[in-house]
Amino acid sequence: MALFVDLLSWALLLSGGAFGIIGAIGMLRFPDFYTRLHASGITDTLCAVLIIFGLMLQSGPSLLTVKLLLILLFLLFTTPTATHALARAAVLDNVDPVLADNGKPGAEGRSSTGEPSSKS
Amino acid sequence: MRYVISLSLLLVVLWLAISGVYKPVLFVLGGASVILVVWLSVRMDVVGVEHNPVLFSWRLVAYWWWLFGQLVKSNLHVTRLVFQTSKVQPRLLTVPVPHEAAVAKVTYGNSVTLTPGTVTLKLTDDMLEVHALDEASARDLEGGDMARKISWLERREDNA
Repeated sequence: MALFVDLLSWALLLSGGAFGIIGAIGMLRFPDFYTRLHASGITDTLCAVLIIFGLMLQSGPSLLTVKLLLILLFLLFTTPTATHALARAAVLDNVDPVLADNGKPGAEGRSSTGEPSSKS
Repeated sequence: MRYVISLSLLLVVLWLAISGVYKPVLFVLGGASVILVVWLSVRMDVVGVEHNPVLFSWRLVAYWWWLFGQLVKSNLHVTRLVFQTSKVQPRLLTVPVPHEAAVAKVTYGNSVTLTPGTVTLKLTDDMLEVHALDEASARDLEGGDMARKISWLERREDNA
């Protein structure tokens, strides 16, 4: 039983880590500021959720588990607010999103890594 | 008064859960901080407004569960896009916000941002400006499933 819990917990932790890396890859590959926000969304949500669930299995039924749940709760409440604040700031700063209708949808994704995300 | 008591109880439970060290000195400090926070909340006039735990219903749990499913789905979708960046076709869209209460509107905006693939750019009284990563994410949102779920969540809050 302990082995089973350990295996499950490791599976959760590893897949959480994998999603964190995928989010980072997305940050590098996506074409502009706004699309990159979506990539960071993966790290904010599924990565965090899986890692915290994995840790909860490690800590077992204890106060630690309650604390981990609280961390998850606050994380899921605050990250969308932070993401929205970033997006809103970009809109107010007149950062134009790359849109599919403008022609080059995502094709330049790999080359445009050095572009500043703000024009000011 | 009912809200003051429920808020105090919640804070006490929260403190007990987070502390984990049960010594008389810490109990006094914990009690003092609970009283301070409740006093501040009363002064700020935010007791019993919107976010009080007594107002939470089982529907919130059901909604979170549903949202979690959406989260996993959209995460996998965006993961696929990370490896096929040529399919990224960002677009802007506006969706109507049919909800009355401010909490419901904020819940909607936050839920949209929380699911990867869509980010809320602006939330006004009856409109939501959204940046979507591709056509599928945009269509998911335009389908209005999430808005309906939150309406369902809101309905319960009105009756209570």
